[in-house]
Amino acid sequence: MMSQQILKGKTFKFGDDISTDHIIPGKYAQLRSDLPELAKHAMEDADPDFVQKVRPGDFIVAGKNFGLGSSREHAPLVIKMSGVSAILAKSVARIFFRNAINQGLPVIICDTDKINNGDEIEIDLPRGMIIDLTSSANLTCSKIPQVMLDILAKGGLITYINTYGDFKL
Amino acid sequence: MGKTLSEQILGEKSGTNARAGDIVIAPVDLAFVQDTTGPLTVRQFKEGKRSSLANPQRSAIFLDHAVPSPNRNLSNDHRFLRSFAKESGCLLFEGGSGVCHQLVAELFANPGDVIVGADSHTVTAGALGAFATGMGSSDIAIALALGKTWFRVPETIKITVRGKFQKRVLAKDLILYLIGKIGADGATYKALEFDGDTVVKMTISQRLTIANMTVEAGAKIGIFPSDNTTREFLKSQGRGAKYKALYPDKDASYEQTIAINAAELEPMVAMPHTVDNVTTASKLAGTKIDQVFIGTCTNGRLEDLAIAATILKGKKCNPDIRLIVAPASRQVLTDAIKAGYIQTLIDAGATLVPPGCAACLGLHQGVLADNEVCLSTANRNFRGRMGNPDAFIYLASPATAAVSAITGEITDPRKAI
Repeated sequence: MMSQQILKGKTFKFGDDISTDHIIPGKYAQLRSDLPELAKHAMEDADPDFVQKVRPGDFIVAGKNFGLGSSREHAPLVIKMSGVSAILAKSVARIFFRNAINQGLPVIICDTDKINNGDEIEIDLPRGMIIDLTSSANLTCSKIPQVMLDILAKGGLITYINTYGDFKL
Repeated sequence: MGKTLSEQILGEKSGTNARAGDIVIAPVDLAFVQDTTGPLTVRQFKEGKRSSLANPQRSAIFLDHAVPSPNRNLSNDHRFLRSFAKESGCLLFEGGSGVCHQLVAELFANPGDVIVGADSHTVTAGALGAFATGMGSSDIAIALALGKTWFRVPETIKITVRGKFQKRVLAKDLILYLIGKIGADGATYKALEFDGDTVVKMTISQRLTIANMTVEAGAKIGIFPSDNTTREFLKSQGRGAKYKALYPDKDASYEQTIAINAAELEPMVAMPHTVDNVTTASKLAGTKIDQVFIGTCTNGRLEDLAIAATILKGKKCNPDIRLIVAPASRQVLTDAIKAGYIQTLIDAGATLVPPGCAACLGLHQGVLADNEVCLSTANRNFRGRMGNPDAFIYLASPATAAVSAITGEITDPRKAI
């Protein structure tokens, strides 16, 4: 499955240092083998109503160091299951970054100060362009390693390896 | 141009020149999961085309995050992992064996190894000169299947520590100070490499505490040179033959160097709700606490329990607090029983829980009530971490934790008790 090339949706803005415990608290570990149930708690400790409000295609927009903390891949997984089509942040914690890409969830590093909560935005993934339709601002994003783009293009790491049989650098 | 420890290890493993910024593929010496990340990893492994593990004897499952299981769902997860261990031939460490990172240090990690685990605190093994880092379930599933993974060779920040710690100032205070200084994203994607005369004198237990928390500054790895102390530790664990000296080249290139004078450090505390929200214990004097937790992969080793027992010997915990003690492994528990530390802690009023992660991540064995305050020797104090988003977690050394357990409030352990 190729990941979608043009993404469009509404933004949900968060601050700096949103941890994996905000995204999916450790206390829900007993739900980790029941993903639909687990996903009902996505972003709960940052915004308890997030799952009710978010619509398919919407974006999470955050400050610096999004996803710090645990290696639990359930964090990007429940975000993806909530309908979010990409995460935009000033910076993203290392493990979360890999995990999101491995789940086929695009992570875009850009200056998110220029985007307001609730803005409609459009993202052209191949060109690395972000257009804020509400404010008419244009943003560019940082490049990510080719291996991650290739994994993203296959919709995630497992499909990537199933396709190529190995890493291709 | 010389090489950092990361460039040396990844260069040798990948068979390339491996310079900071390069993407390399390296074989892994150990790939592991624990009980909360394992089930997803196993399901992803099964979605892959390979039906067998690349190296079953270097693949491990640790049941440590919720043991003995507190509920039916986690019991079912444990059963699922046990059955995968049987069918795949990988190693299984049952509940009660200890926290994965402590067991990796006791049983597996060697200088120059590449270790990946589905747990962020996999960085702990850097104390023994291993390139060890945490990853998610997909990455570990592929590492289990192929026996290798890709890395971006990290830039390195050198941390040089000189001078002698004051009494009751510990490795934990040093790493809290460093995280407070550089911030929770101060080392994101980078390696932290430690050296200096203070580091040379540090025990492996202290190095493990420091390496463990490097991920709280975002680091990919936290690594120590492999020296005589490493050799003695490996020998004591029956792996003397695995020793090799490992030092960065003198002309290696560092992104920056941070110098720390250990003699100037005070007992430090990370305040709610981020690990980089650091101040001194003395500035928090008088902060009432409800629970003290001594344990975890950060500070649940024999030396940590020895410090706590020395402080609590012949004393009683404040009647308004609960003291929970969780040894990091069965070996630690056994040694602490032999040394009399466990009896001392129990006499002081501590509740002993089995080797494992215990109260650290809010699943069981010490979930906090609304508005309660916990002083913990763990590595993370995020909102909701100990099972309640309306509770408050402070992080400190075992000395600060033990002294504060007596007073019932955050107390600088250098004060006479």
